[in-house]
Amino acid sequence: MAEDQHALALNGVSKAFGGLRAVDAVTLAVRPGERRALIGPNGAGKTTLFNLISGELPVTSGSIRLFGRDVTGVAAHRRAALGLARTFQITNLFRTLTVLENCLLAVQALESTKFVMLRPLGRYRGLADRARAALGSVGLGDRAGTEVRHLSHGEQRQLEIALALAGRPRVLLLDEPCAGLSPAESHMMADLLRRLDPAITVLIIEHDMDIALEIAHHVTVLHYGRVIADGLRDEVKANPLVREIYLGA
Amino acid sequence: MTRRRPGMLVGVTVVAALAAGVAPWLPSYPLTLLTQAMIVAILAMSLDVLLGFTGLPSLGHAAYFGVAAYAVAILTTERQSGFVLCLIAGIVTAAVTAALFGLIAIRATGTYFLMITLALGMVVWGLAFRWVSLTKGDNGISGVPRPDLGLPWSLWGPLPFFYFSLACALVAILLLGLIVASPFGMSLKGIRESESRMRILGYNVWLHKYLAFIIAGTFAGFSGVLWAYYNGFVSPVDVQLVTSVEALLMVALGGPGTLLGPAAGAAIIVFLKNFVSVYTKRWLLILGAVYIGVILFAPRGLAGAFHRRSS
Ligand SMILES: Nc1ncnc2c1ncn2[C@@H]1O[C@H](COP(=O)(O)OP(=O)(O)OP(=O)(O)O)[C@@H](O)[C@H]1O
Ligand SMILES: [Mg+2]
Repeated sequence: MAEDQHALALNGVSKAFGGLRAVDAVTLAVRPGERRALIGPNGAGKTTLFNLISGELPVTSGSIRLFGRDVTGVAAHRRAALGLARTFQITNLFRTLTVLENCLLAVQALESTKFVMLRPLGRYRGLADRARAALGSVGLGDRAGTEVRHLSHGEQRQLEIALALAGRPRVLLLDEPCAGLSPAESHMMADLLRRLDPAITVLIIEHDMDIALEIAHHVTVLHYGRVIADGLRDEVKANPLVREIYLGA
Repeated sequence: MTRRRPGMLVGVTVVAALAAGVAPWLPSYPLTLLTQAMIVAILAMSLDVLLGFTGLPSLGHAAYFGVAAYAVAILTTERQSGFVLCLIAGIVTAAVTAALFGLIAIRATGTYFLMITLALGMVVWGLAFRWVSLTKGDNGISGVPRPDLGLPWSLWGPLPFFYFSLACALVAILLLGLIVASPFGMSLKGIRESESRMRILGYNVWLHKYLAFIIAGTFAGFSGVLWAYYNGFVSPVDVQLVTSVEALLMVALGGPGTLLGPAAGAAIIVFLKNFVSVYTKRWLLILGAVYIGVILFAPRGLAGAFHRRSS
């Protein structure tokens, strides 16, 4: 497949923090609509790789393409406009605002409405409808008026997903969506993720192998910033190197 | 947002009607203080847009207030310019100053933002002090006449000027209230809560902060225009650090991010300052004590304390 037909293509991407190469020459390509799991031990560089893809951090070297377009030096908010969305491993929400207001911020982010200054936000029915739809899709429909800091941890993780979906992304990066969830909540989250629009390209970091492999068929394994295995899940599971360092077998 | 707005409108209307109703019966000294409170309330609310809504603690807000006051003082005394020209010139001067200073300040966050706005404020103070040919330096510019609006009442009288200031304060409350309730206003609250999340959602955080900075400077300028007319005298005192600190305290005292809280904070500080200075010259000491009291006992200001009790 030609490189410009990939939803996301990384070529030799590296990130150095001083002497530490947190991400080391990572090359990978993800097809549109693909579900890709990114796994690896703690400190392998998974979150850092997401930060590079989303533009939170500049790369040290290498290039990043989104739907064939080179976005290596493009600001984070412009990558969002190109259809990239992400969730955070450590919940990152607008804590003193209500659940609906959080979602409204996500919905208006890619609309020129966000610059309107002399008309109340409450007048924009269309935005509110979209925000409520996003909340409904993650099962938070009845929490709209609650301030986010009063939500349970599980509900906050659901809202993370809602914010990422509200902008109708084409590529979605999920950083440990089940982090800190109970087994029951994890199960619900996995259900939610399986129901995502199949047109969305999803890259998911997940420590729980069962959940990762339930959602994704294709797996990339990161270790000390390097890709040590990349392929269909059964191949990767059978890979002796992966078994040794990741599965501890 | 939508929950509190009707209450806010009712509150503003009641307070304004009350003030307008009792004003004719007030002796001229308290009436003058009330007028001062209206004008300074606009300054406090403008700073609240930065501090309370966007989370940007500016320590140089007197600069925008001051340049506008100076613009009015210079135009009225040197050119005998009329009200409309002075109003526009004052506000535009403040907005342009904010647009220039914002380019320097907005890149910084937290304490660095505080230090840079402080330094920029000092630049304006230095100019007011040293550029004697324009500002008359330490002596200040006196003899600013009250504006002639072509009304049957002269604004030289304390009562008509009070009503004029009240009307101006209401216009400012209305506009600022609209701005903070708008989609743009919501984006400022988002920036206050999480810049990284805002960037990832697709906001150009720098641009939104920059626009907020200019809006805050513009309304501070509006307040400065009124101040020049009210006081009849503009000097480096109006742009000095203490004025910026007082504005910050009004916001902290009233409750950042509530708009009306800082307006109330402005009234309290104005009355306190004038009351205290009858007895002592140590106003700064009192100011410091109030500040520490607020931080210790009502970190979210009076509005926050009130809100907690009632809920
Ligand atoms: N901003 C930073 N500055 C310096 N070092 C960093 C920074 N961010 C991450 N690191 C380091 O880079 C390495 C990779 O961290 P990263 O968070 O990407 O790992 P991870 O694979 O997401 O781990 P986990 O599974 O624990 O979330 C770690 O050694 C971490 O300490
Ligand atoms: Mg991580």
